Amino acid sequence: MLEPISVSLASLNLGTLSPMLITIVGGLIILLIDLIKGDLHKSLYVMFTILILFVAVGSVLGLNVNERGFFDVILIDGISIISQLLVLLASMLFIPLALTSKRFHEYSYPEYFALFLFMIAGFQFMVASDNLILIFVGIETASLSLYTLIALHNRDDSYEAAVKYFTMGAMAAGFYAMGSAVIYALTGSVELYQIANVLQSRTAESGVMIAILGGAVLLLAAFAFKLSLFPFHTWTPDVYEGASAPLAGYMSVVPKLAAFVVAMRIFGMYIDLEVEWVRNAILALAVLTMTLANMMALAQEDVKRMLAYSSISHAGFIMAALALDTTKGNTAIFLYYALFMFTNLGAFTMLWISRHKNKVYHSRYDHPFAKFAGFVKIMPLGAVIMAIFMLSLAGVPPFSVFWGKIYIMSAAVDAGYIWLAVVMGLNSAIAAYYYLKLVVYMFLKSPNENDGTVVYNLTKPLMTIVGIAAAITVGSVFIVQPLISYFFYMVSASGY
Amino acid sequence: MDNILSILVFFPLIAGVLGFVVDKKSIRVYGISVAIVEFLLSLWLWSSFDGNNPGMQFVELVPLIPDFGINYYLGVDGISLFIVIMTALMTLLGMIAISIERDIKNLILSLLFLEMAMVGVFVSLDAIIFYLFWEFSLVPMLYIIGAWGGPLRIYASIKFFLYTFTGSLIMLVGMLFMAYLYQSVSGVWSFSITDWYALVLPVNYQLWLFVAFFLGFAIKVPMFPFHTWLPYAHGQAPTIGSVILAAVLLKMGTYGFVRFSLPLFPDASVMMIMPIATISIIMIIYTAMVAYAQEDIKQVIAYSSVSHMGVIVLGTFAMNAEGVSGSIFLMLSHGIVSGALFLLVGVIYDRRHTKLMSEFGGLASVMPKFAVIFGFMLMASVGLPLTIGFVGEFLVLLGFYHLSPIVTILAGTTIILGAVYMLTLYKRTFFGPVTNEENKKLNDLDGKEMIALVPLVLIVVWLGIYPKPVLEPIDNSVKSLLTFMEKKAQTPLAKEKITLSQTSKEAE
Repeated sequence: MLEPISVSLASLNLGTLSPMLITIVGGLIILLIDLIKGDLHKSLYVMFTILILFVAVGSVLGLNVNERGFFDVILIDGISIISQLLVLLASMLFIPLALTSKRFHEYSYPEYFALFLFMIAGFQFMVASDNLILIFVGIETASLSLYTLIALHNRDDSYEAAVKYFTMGAMAAGFYAMGSAVIYALTGSVELYQIANVLQSRTAESGVMIAILGGAVLLLAAFAFKLSLFPFHTWTPDVYEGASAPLAGYMSVVPKLAAFVVAMRIFGMYIDLEVEWVRNAILALAVLTMTLANMMALAQEDVKRMLAYSSISHAGFIMAALALDTTKGNTAIFLYYALFMFTNLGAFTMLWISRHKNKVYHSRYDHPFAKFAGFVKIMPLGAVIMAIFMLSLAGVPPFSVFWGKIYIMSAAVDAGYIWLAVVMGLNSAIAAYYYLKLVVYMFLKSPNENDGTVVYNLTKPLMTIVGIAAAITVGSVFIVQPLISYFFYMVSASGY
Repeated sequence: MDNILSILVFFPLIAGVLGFVVDKKSIRVYGISVAIVEFLLSLWLWSSFDGNNPGMQFVELVPLIPDFGINYYLGVDGISLFIVIMTALMTLLGMIAISIERDIKNLILSLLFLEMAMVGVFVSLDAIIFYLFWEFSLVPMLYIIGAWGGPLRIYASIKFFLYTFTGSLIMLVGMLFMAYLYQSVSGVWSFSITDWYALVLPVNYQLWLFVAFFLGFAIKVPMFPFHTWLPYAHGQAPTIGSVILAAVLLKMGTYGFVRFSLPLFPDASVMMIMPIATISIIMIIYTAMVAYAQEDIKQVIAYSSVSHMGVIVLGTFAMNAEGVSGSIFLMLSHGIVSGALFLLVGVIYDRRHTKLMSEFGGLASVMPKFAVIFGFMLMASVGLPLTIGFVGEFLVLLGFYHLSPIVTILAGTTIILGAVYMLTLYKRTFFGPVTNEENKKLNDLDGKEMIALVPLVLIVVWLGIYPKPVLEPIDNSVKSLLTFMEKKAQTPLAKEKITLSQTSKEAE
């Protein structure tokens, strides 16, 4: 007969759940508001969402490092705190982009904002657990919300994007489940710290290595889908193209950051177990991803697709840092995202500002390069800001991504992978070409190819967001030091 | 004013940002005034500079990212002082001579940002800050070439950007490795060059790092075979772009050799003398021949400038006071002379919108002032005694003679070959009858152009006859650099090759 389980409320340590609960409750409140009074303006929901996110940030800051809670499935360590903070911050930057001057379909539904908050809760669960099942639940909560958010954009290619992303995501979920099952079969546990202990004691057994590798391969494939690594990256440009520009920018940062945290937990374990094969596989994937995505980006005719490939390439960069499995490498991942977030979101916001309801410049693309020809003549400040974002993405100092780049390259050099740093350097040089292409169109071509209404969708909130992104991109040199010391402390406190 | 270097760096930046507000019609005067103030500040720097102190002066150190060892660290010594002054001077004169009317505001602002980056490169003592200015300087130049250049301007500007960007990224990996080595020895992160100087590296590390830094610098210089971007950049750039490119941007590469490669990797530098001398000789002779074959006046000067850069690199690797001081002096004189020559080509291009020699002939009778100044600069470029060009070239050849007489003789052909292509150019353009009708009514130099060119003529004469006030501070710093290198060198070969001086008079 089973013993009755007695649980005291104190031992649940519900405080560790508070950030997720806040976002979930916020989403429910939005649904309730809609239920009571239907015809409210989107600005209310936008501001309310921001407030909810603020409260969530506050509760994350109140958490103690290295605590467990809720039957020990929630793990609040340093990396879960900083990744939650970054997720919430990126979300706060993202949601005001709903306040466009033109009416877009998705923002007329309050459900959009509720789904958005549920998605964030999913990401929070992903990063704040080392339980393979809870991670799976988090991934699926976030992904299902995200598919819907993409489809709500209500155009043919956004349906296509949502379905494509859904299919790929379902496949990834399958791989993840199978990988976890293999691990469970090996170790009898779904808790990563216990898995590590059991694997540690069993690595010497003959034949077990094949099972370990099998599990690792399945999980690697699952995360390669989520992180858009070669050869599972093909969905990315199409999905980004179909999604609205800010959502594409958001997708290039937040879901990937959450997935990186999980990957750090899982693959960090493998590398700690000295399964060198996993490290080499990750390195190979990373190098192939950054190089091939760069090659593909060179050939794009659409700025949004170019940025999609560029974000794949950046993901490859970051994946390489993951393979190092040093504290500095893991710190570099967070530093890179913290800086990349503003620049990339800013760049996508600039596309959003220039977005027309119909494809007026090209039969296939929303943002062909030609659309931005002579942008500097039409709107000098906008062109300068967009150029700063491009140069920053290319890694030109002193703009933000440069600092992330040198920190990752330095981590690679420290870990003895000088060839990797050289490959990264050469890739940055290749990447410079396609970023410059847009700069060349904006500054060096004459504006006869467009009708002068590039800034179609501009409003004050959007300008504010772009302004914040640009200010941080330019002034990043002053925030790098606090970021490095905070991230380094948090990462090393959680033992990575 | 101890923080004069910060003021020198950030004055053009702030002026550039404020300049966005200045009206389009007044922007030219605004730019020139800013450049004058900057030039006066640089002269002030010279006047308060202690020429007898070979070390770093006006040092400023503010921790920027202490956890990663990056400091805002500036300083100036005899090696960099005059390059800074030349930068301010050439920017000023180039700006005065601008004849472009289209989008003049953007041009002036880009120049101010460029000036910030150029001054920053020469006064940074932290590798990352150096790299920051080094890379940032590409952006305004990309815009200047790409927006106001010739028909192939976009191709040329992107080629320029990508070449230098690629080289510098390899250099960046070298810098990161250097910092890592420093950290593994001392336990703290530092990107300060002065900290790195103290690091004695094993020879094989030195060689790898030397190659990494070499790629960054050699592409910038540009050394053969990486020089192919330069003719495009010069050919397409507007006059002001060519002036800044030839006078200052190319010097960043050779300055990098003196500031980084020599003191950081003395053994590797000595081992690399012969390979680099070979490349330099190829640059000197091959590009001089290419220059002779050009039809376009600007291309002649562009290739001649590559050829002279070969002499500068050769002098840097002579590893003695004559050679290194000579090469630094030659950087200055090359900056002034090639800058002036590009200004002169610009003058004629403004009037006729062509640069082909065949279009001209007999200009000496139509534009006498122009012909005199051109001839003058041409003589300085060839290296005629009593002009600025002679001093540096002579010292470099003297310095290298000690290492290898044969190489020196080959390098000495620069004077002969230079004379051949330059005099041919002069003959075809200025002498003979005026064959082309359009040339008969050309105006001679106007006031604006005279203001830009006459100071350069005076400097060419002054420093040609009496180079001591400039040469002495350079020499002091170079000698302390060489003494330091000799102390630091580990291999007997390096100890033998690095000498303070081989002329008995100065050996004491």
